[in-house]
Amino acid sequence: MTLVYAGTCCHAPGMTSRAEMAAPETRKQLHDAFARQRQALIDTGTEALVMVSSEHFANFFMDNMPTYSIGMADAYEGPIEDPDWLKIKRTKIPANPDLSLRLINEVMHTVDVCYAQEWKFDHGMSVPLHFLTPAYDLPIVPVNINCQNPPLSPLHRTWELGKALRRAIDLAPEKIALIGTGGTSHWPCTPDSGRINEDWDQVLLDQLIHKRKDALLAYTDEKTISEAGPGAFEMRTSLCVAAATEDQTGEIWFSEAIPIYATTCSITTLYMVE
Amino acid sequence: MSLYYVQKLLYNLNRDPALKERFDTEQGAVVGDYDLSEEELGALRAIDIGLLYVLGVNGQLLMHFATMNGFSWDAYIQAMRDGLEKHGPVRAGLYAMVDGKGATSTKETL
Repeated sequence: MTLVYAGTCCHAPGMTSRAEMAAPETRKQLHDAFARQRQALIDTGTEALVMVSSEHFANFFMDNMPTYSIGMADAYEGPIEDPDWLKIKRTKIPANPDLSLRLINEVMHTVDVCYAQEWKFDHGMSVPLHFLTPAYDLPIVPVNINCQNPPLSPLHRTWELGKALRRAIDLAPEKIALIGTGGTSHWPCTPDSGRINEDWDQVLLDQLIHKRKDALLAYTDEKTISEAGPGAFEMRTSLCVAAATEDQTGEIWFSEAIPIYATTCSITTLYMVE
Repeated sequence: MSLYYVQKLLYNLNRDPALKERFDTEQGAVVGDYDLSEEELGALRAIDIGLLYVLGVNGQLLMHFATMNGFSWDAYIQAMRDGLEKHGPVRAGLYAMVDGKGATSTKETL
């Protein structure tokens, strides 16, 4: 069993670009939770991090949109956004193409995925990495789920992606962590940016930590966009990690609606090696 | 209506500084490579963020286009609100999945 840690975290760009605009105590608690997740990666001896995110038209567009894609580059670079705006310095991020190849080969036995040997990280990856691996010393295997523009993956297929990732990770000798980013309610880059549906977020997080498959697969995109905004399509990233970790109940380490960051910022642990 | 090509142009502009430079100096030549309606061409010429939003451009593309054209965050949000007021609900794309008038969330926090 080589999965050593799994969880979810938020990737709101406001956490770095508008960091100082949140209440100091709230900001401290959020940073403490990220530090706890960072420490979990260290304590579990994590040697590679598989990060499941939903990029925002940084690499993929509707001319050939992959439903699922896994990175297989020699290295990555990010953030693609203006570093002065995101307040994260653009840097090279280490990869492990051999591990990527092994994961992709195994996942493809049950789920069709694209692979990408070039990949520029946007805030969906770069913001979590800024907090979780600030020295950029951990090889990353990026996984993308199209959550930006329908048609989107049916949730039961996203669940199968999570199961496939777990199977592939457990076949690898490396100690691997799996983290999904994004997915609480938000209406990003729209006139409604800043609105948050806290009740919806709390229900989702509860379903995720208890791995309630039937409840999670019962979400519909029509209801999700109506109640939680188009940004909540990113729940697929968390659902994928929940599917990969059905064998353990998780914990919410932090959850608070932070309007200036435009979403409920949350950090959960969904699996920790015994 | 050719929402796909408007978004493709913005996607390319967001990723390619050389194309953006050409767009600023010889816009006609750049937009000629895309299959755009007169309304879309007018919105691009005028950097009419509100109309582009109403035409259905995804905010994740539109935000960067607004920023590169000097819009502050607040001005960008206001431009979309003004667009809804002037042109009516979003006509196509992702946001037309709901009523296109903006969200009706249970709690407004900003």
